[in-house]
Amino acid sequence: MAEVNQGGGGGGRGKKGGGKVRAKKQSTKVDMTPMVDLAFLLLTFFILTSTFNKPKTMEVTMPDKVKDETEQTKINENDILNIVLGDKDKIYYWTGLTPPAEVTNYSKDGIRKLLLDRNRENPKLMVLIKPQDESRYNNMVDILDEMEITATKRYAIVDFTPDDKAIISGNLEDVTTETQTK
Amino acid sequence: MAKVKVHRSSPSIDMTPMVDLAFLLVTFFMLTAAFAPVEPVAVDMPKSESEIILPDRDRIIISVAKDGRVFFDMDNQGNRKKMLQDMGAKHGVSFTEEQLNSFAVMSGFGIPVRALPQYLDMAPDERDRVQQPGIPADSVNNELADWVVFGRLTNPSKIRIAIKGDRDSNYKIIKQVVETLIDRKILRFNLITNLENEAGA
Repeated sequence: MAEVNQGGGGGGRGKKGGGKVRAKKQSTKVDMTPMVDLAFLLLTFFILTSTFNKPKTMEVTMPDKVKDETEQTKINENDILNIVLGDKDKIYYWTGLTPPAEVTNYSKDGIRKLLLDRNRENPKLMVLIKPQDESRYNNMVDILDEMEITATKRYAIVDFTPDDKAIISGNLEDVTTETQTK
Repeated sequence: MAKVKVHRSSPSIDMTPMVDLAFLLVTFFMLTAAFAPVEPVAVDMPKSESEIILPDRDRIIISVAKDGRVFFDMDNQGNRKKMLQDMGAKHGVSFTEEQLNSFAVMSGFGIPVRALPQYLDMAPDERDRVQQPGIPADSVNNELADWVVFGRLTNPSKIRIAIKGDRDSNYKIIKQVVETLIDRKILRFNLITNLENEAGA
């Protein structure tokens, strides 16, 4: 298109001054800039939306419910780290069957450091995650994420029992012997 | 004279090939873009470091809203019809062909099965205005379990079950959903999250 116009322009060079010839010289070119602007705007939009909108997912495998008590695996109590997910983003933790429970949080220096330290001390560490009904779903995802980050291999989500409730509230005499022997 | 000619040549560039390319790319991205389906409820997903991408086919998504309502969604329109028929047969609710068709194309829902025929008879824009009560998932009346079972029956080998929970939803509801899955021997499932970026965390 541009070439044709230039040719027309060259032809008109010799006949300077003629009004009719001037009209021929008028460009038939369309300014494509706004169209290009729009095209690139759309292009940018589609590129951004298509790459940044992919939801990620965590794979979770839960243990089946064991009906027979004898099928349950026995674990040394010293290998167990209990983690209770409390309300207001608090984490209570204690080792094995020896309370009192201590409190930490979801920050890098909180639960992540604890898990890394415990993992280093004891490679056979088993983490029992006990979410309270008051805790948020975000807490559960966070703690599962921390397991992944700290490369904790053995962990399980288990039910929060009244005994656990007694432990985190500090009433140690309420703890029944059932927990002690489990 | 030659110098003058150089001066007169137009400084504008022919943009046609560039525009061609731009529109080609626009067309490509438009066609490949999978538009986000209409969600019955807004779910603010928690963040995690996990980088596994959720498969975009053969999946059942169980959404849990902030207020604890449970929603169910499955892709594949053909399978959805069969699932609804099975579900209706079990709960004594019959669906007309029209209702089955509109169920096949709609998005996720959170409605007890008895109220579904009435909901399906509405026009699509009317449906958006309905406050959906959520699917019953407690131990007394666990319709969610039936949806999961019948949904899985339509495509037993490939289907994956994903839970899309709101970050502020109560763990109690999530526990109900997870227990429902475990009771139906579904021990492997996915939790949908957003990727965590350090700046936003």
